[in-house]
Amino acid sequence: MQITDSAHGEVTVLQCEGRLTMTTARPFREAIEARITGGTTRLVLDLSATEFIDSSGLGALIAGLKRARQAGGDLRIAGAGTQVLTVLNLTNLDRVLRPHDSVEEACDGW
Amino acid sequence: MSLRRLALVRLLVVLTLGTGLWYVGWRWMFSINWANWWIALPLVLAETYALTDGFLFGITMWRARRRPDPPAPAADATVDVLITTYNEPVEMVARTAAEAQRIRHPHTTWILDDGNRPEMQAAAEDLGVGYLRRSDDWSDRPRHAKAGNLNNTLFETDGEFLLVLDADQVPDPLILERTLGYFQDPEVALVQTPQWFTNVTDSDPLGSQAPLFYGPIQQGKDGWNAAFFCGSNAVLRREALMQLGIVGYVRSVREAVDDSLRASRRVIARARRRAADHGPVAVRALDDVAAAVPVAQRRLRSGEPLADITYDFRQVVHQGSRSIVEHDLEQIRSDLQELEGLSGEGTPPVSLDEELGLPVVDDDAMDRLAARDFSPLGALQSVTTLLRAVDVDRDEEAQPMMPLATISVTEDMATAMRLHGLGWRSVYHHEVLAHGLAPEDLRTMLQQRLRWAQGTMQVFLRENPLVQRGLSAGQRLMYLATMWSYLSGFAALVFIAAPVLYLCFGVLPVNAYGWEFVQRFVPYIVINQLLFLVVGYGVRTWRGHQYSLALFPLWIRACWTAAANVFLGRPLGFVVTPKTRQATEPGFPWRLVLPQLVASVLLVVACVIGVVRLWTGAADSITGTLVNIGWVAYDLVVISVIFEAARYRAPEPDKESVD
Repeated sequence: MQITDSAHGEVTVLQCEGRLTMTTARPFREAIEARITGGTTRLVLDLSATEFIDSSGLGALIAGLKRARQAGGDLRIAGAGTQVLTVLNLTNLDRVLRPHDSVEEACDGW
Repeated sequence: MSLRRLALVRLLVVLTLGTGLWYVGWRWMFSINWANWWIALPLVLAETYALTDGFLFGITMWRARRRPDPPAPAADATVDVLITTYNEPVEMVARTAAEAQRIRHPHTTWILDDGNRPEMQAAAEDLGVGYLRRSDDWSDRPRHAKAGNLNNTLFETDGEFLLVLDADQVPDPLILERTLGYFQDPEVALVQTPQWFTNVTDSDPLGSQAPLFYGPIQQGKDGWNAAFFCGSNAVLRREALMQLGIVGYVRSVREAVDDSLRASRRVIARARRRAADHGPVAVRALDDVAAAVPVAQRRLRSGEPLADITYDFRQVVHQGSRSIVEHDLEQIRSDLQELEGLSGEGTPPVSLDEELGLPVVDDDAMDRLAARDFSPLGALQSVTTLLRAVDVDRDEEAQPMMPLATISVTEDMATAMRLHGLGWRSVYHHEVLAHGLAPEDLRTMLQQRLRWAQGTMQVFLRENPLVQRGLSAGQRLMYLATMWSYLSGFAALVFIAAPVLYLCFGVLPVNAYGWEFVQRFVPYIVINQLLFLVVGYGVRTWRGHQYSLALFPLWIRACWTAAANVFLGRPLGFVVTPKTRQATEPGFPWRLVLPQLVASVLLVVACVIGVVRLWTGAADSITGTLVNIGWVAYDLVVISVIFEAARYRAPEPDKESVD
């Protein structure tokens, strides 16, 4: 999993490229937590280049959301492909996290 | 079991149920002695309970088959071997860990130390196995015992499969090679193997071995795709557990947000009455929050994502807090200006902006002052606590996801049922692949049984299998069967009381203990016993039968403590079963077996009185007296196991098995 940061106004966009699975979930979660601890609390995860996600990957998203909220910020997801959307739907996680179509839409209203 | 034996078992199941219905149906319709309804009704209910138990057992046995050998495991399957410990001796855990390292399939071994012991960590390092303890998130939050220990670990390790072992369960090197193959079926989430104990004598007075459960019963449940997870000696699929964690997270967040919004109207209204003391700004802030509640509720009902709803709601709360902070600072500012005017010289206590002469509070500091921990709404304690729950972070728990169920002290059964509810499959692999240690004294054994019973009843009351979504009819019945069996204490009480009342006072619960009674009852009971004989052929099942009645005080206690826990929130008191020999109390443990002792004395006295009454002509039915004396004899034989257990002293272990 390759993470690339870019600033988008006051929001930091993390481009997540590759597979977010049980083997990558922990380093991924730690990478997000490091950013939040470092003061970047408004995060949008751009999942357009995320090929595959499993339940452990979703777990990392939830962990990131928790940390962001506790730091007074937020974590949003954008650009998810079919596989990611399907998994979000199957686990009902889309009832908590709104999968935004695009990064721009996710940054809206911040 | 072989096909021929299965056919015989099915025949006996049908016959048992047929004769059982013939008997119990007659009991309900023609033989209840309503004059003594206070014992007649409990007795017929107890008999109906027993018949239902037999029915559930029959359904279980209907599909009790031994599985064919599993396919070979995928060579690249990654496995974490997890050894859970709390207070077991370091040497015992280290020995299990050392054996775990010898397991043949590639894997990583971890010791999960809930006891936080430096010497355990040192032992793990010596062996070269992983060592894990709870993360800081768990301090000051519910720890959830073993389920919590495993849940913590799930986020620290990354194996595709997890072999869970209790500290005393020494694994066979083949345990993974023999079980991983089942996971070639992508729907399989769990493979459970038997628990077998090495420190148990042949006669096993404590009833530690459970050959009927780790045999025909689990095989039968497996036939209905309902083999249970039993906490140890099992392999689990990480993906399935994680999925459970996410589905559970979504459900808990939704419930928490819904509940706290619902409760907030009342709490805010109460705070609003007191807010006048804090000034009009506080009143306005509370009004804004109060107005945001119905909006959030409406959005919740329309199915909008919870993160959005709670984020917007938090913004309103934040704005409210901020306006109060601003107001307070304004106050300070004017006070300071006044102060400065008074003193005229010296350094002002707060740095002032040079041009404007205002205190320097930057935007960031303002945000932090208004953040939830410092919120002035905190003065209104109840509001803050409540509003905090309107979020998606599950702040009340150490981690937002709890893949292993935490609704019960027996997390294993609850977790298995949720897995089945999501459509995952489970497997019971009937081959002993780990050897453990059973309790060696009555007190420890009773603690363990009490915990199992309490945990099972918690699941029964909190997530009743009959109403859970996603379970098949067979799975519902399999879970119900186990839960139902824990209600036996109440029936046992009646089965002890009824003959005593008849023999001592001639109180008849049935219209007559005549020929018709015998004619209907005897075939039922004989065929029922025959069924157990055939099912349990070659294994010792008698101990289990004895304990299901003899532990009646414990089963009853488990039922009411679990109910008090679920409905009134009373603590159960989680007891970790000691895996080591406890200091044996000198003499006979009278207190532990007092209820059974009283029952036995009553039964014996009742027999004597019954015979005397027949002799003197006070009782007129020879059949009635004989039936009841036979009944008492059966009760006594069954109960006697507890006295044998109380007298039991475990043999000294061989040197070899310890070293």
